[in-house]
Amino acid sequence: MKTASRLYVWLVYIFLYAPIAVLIFFSFNQAKSRTVFTGFTFDWYRKLMTNDVIISATMNTLFVAIVASSIAVLLGTSAAIGIMALNRKLRALVINVSYLPMMNPDIITGVSLMLLFLFLRMELGFTTLILAHVTFNVPIVIFNVMPKLRQMDKNVYNAALDLGCNPTQAFFKVLLPEIMPGITAGFLMSVTYSIDDFVVSYFTSGSTSQVLSVVIYSMTRLKVSPEINALSTIMFVVVLTILLIVNVNGSKKEKLEVRKIGGGSTL
Amino acid sequence: MFGRKSASYPYLVFMTIFIVVPLAVVAYFAFTDGAGNFTIDNVSKAADYSSIIIRSLLLAFIATVLCLLLGYPFAYIMSKKTSNARRTMQMLIMLPMWMSFLLRTYAWMTILENNGLINKFLGLFGISPLQMINTQGAVVLGMVYDYLPFMILPLYSVLMKIDPSIIQAAQDLGGHPLQVFSKVILPLSVPGILSGITMVFVPAVSTFIISRMLGGGSSMLIGDLIELQFLGNAYNPNLGAALSFVLMVIILFCMSIMNQFDTDSDGEKGELWV
Repeated sequence: MKTASRLYVWLVYIFLYAPIAVLIFFSFNQAKSRTVFTGFTFDWYRKLMTNDVIISATMNTLFVAIVASSIAVLLGTSAAIGIMALNRKLRALVINVSYLPMMNPDIITGVSLMLLFLFLRMELGFTTLILAHVTFNVPIVIFNVMPKLRQMDKNVYNAALDLGCNPTQAFFKVLLPEIMPGITAGFLMSVTYSIDDFVVSYFTSGSTSQVLSVVIYSMTRLKVSPEINALSTIMFVVVLTILLIVNVNGSKKEKLEVRKIGGGSTL
Repeated sequence: MFGRKSASYPYLVFMTIFIVVPLAVVAYFAFTDGAGNFTIDNVSKAADYSSIIIRSLLLAFIATVLCLLLGYPFAYIMSKKTSNARRTMQMLIMLPMWMSFLLRTYAWMTILENNGLINKFLGLFGISPLQMINTQGAVVLGMVYDYLPFMILPLYSVLMKIDPSIIQAAQDLGGHPLQVFSKVILPLSVPGILSGITMVFVPAVSTFIISRMLGGGSSMLIGDLIELQFLGNAYNPNLGAALSFVLMVIILFCMSIMNQFDTDSDGEKGELWV
């Protein structure tokens, strides 16, 4: 039974990683062929580094992700605080509407925003692209911040007011530190979603504001371009590095937490 | 209470303009002609494409079932490992998920092509090339490959939450392993199954990338059809809006059927994994 389950796990991982391994392997191939390996080379990486379209698209992607996520954090955090004060019915309505961009297929979000911009006669470009990204990022922030607001002890905030804080001070000294983990998580998730997004960007970006995923799409339409393999390899390494850092940090934190709890019981 | 209602007002305005109004605009375009007059032509024209719509539903359904069958045992095995092994396994599942799905789908193109790796390999044994790319099977394969992690992670998170003492109690009370599974573990993992199904089915039924890259012209899906009306040669936003409208109704319908199975929804919708 144990051997069978181990074999099964390995088969699933082979299924998940074999195609990626193929891409990485052929990124070092001299020939343009995707199936015959003729010799080792770094040429495709060199070509990628001098490809202006890819470089500017990468910059665009990071720019849009950071700007849209920052706006989403401001809008979403204040929304989460305000939503808690709304009456039950209105709160349920707002929460349900906020779920829509998360539950709707991307193509519907993309098409509906494209039609809105068409309707408003707005030209597709950076503005529309950023607005579209904010639209799917704000709910992410809200649903990360709201649980933190719910968990927090409201008396602490009131105590701060009783002890002479004005509401602004109470916000920055008490409320904000309490919900900060939710805000950070919301921001990071938003950045990830923005970078990863293709479909919504595809419908809402103009020709001047192309992001990396849209450029990758047009490259895959050309069938043969080994630069894609090089790009995949770089992305794989970047994602792997980030995940490893996050994981090592996570397991360290977990150990610390266990120790803290253990230490706490002796007090 | 620390909250001030007014803090939510900017978002309420934003939400109305960018979530509610766009859906209304879709409905407006779906029920008007180019000149802005009311018509149901677009929606009835959408019915002409019912074979494409049915194909989308069928392929997405097959892919979802395959993901569930492949993902459940995997999530179960994963939930039984030590915490270090679980952490590594979870990371290895998330890693491909974080790479652009365009690149992952592209990878299969190289493998399945007529002169691709599999056919090259078969050629060594004198087997003539198989037609694998541009088939519906290739589209299903692409869907399963791209969305399998979305099935495994919610299943894993729900299986981790099952109290081991409940399973022990079932065993102590004489439950056969199969009974323990079918009467205790499976019913308790229903919320994970439901969110896994949603997270695979919704993107699968609406994809236009996977079908275009792996399915060729013969296995067009509703996503392709919508995309063609907006950014393709067949520019017709009214028909595109009508098709989007139909897609939305189909998904809402499927979800409401699914919610019938959801016996203990305690409002944890937002918690998809972790």
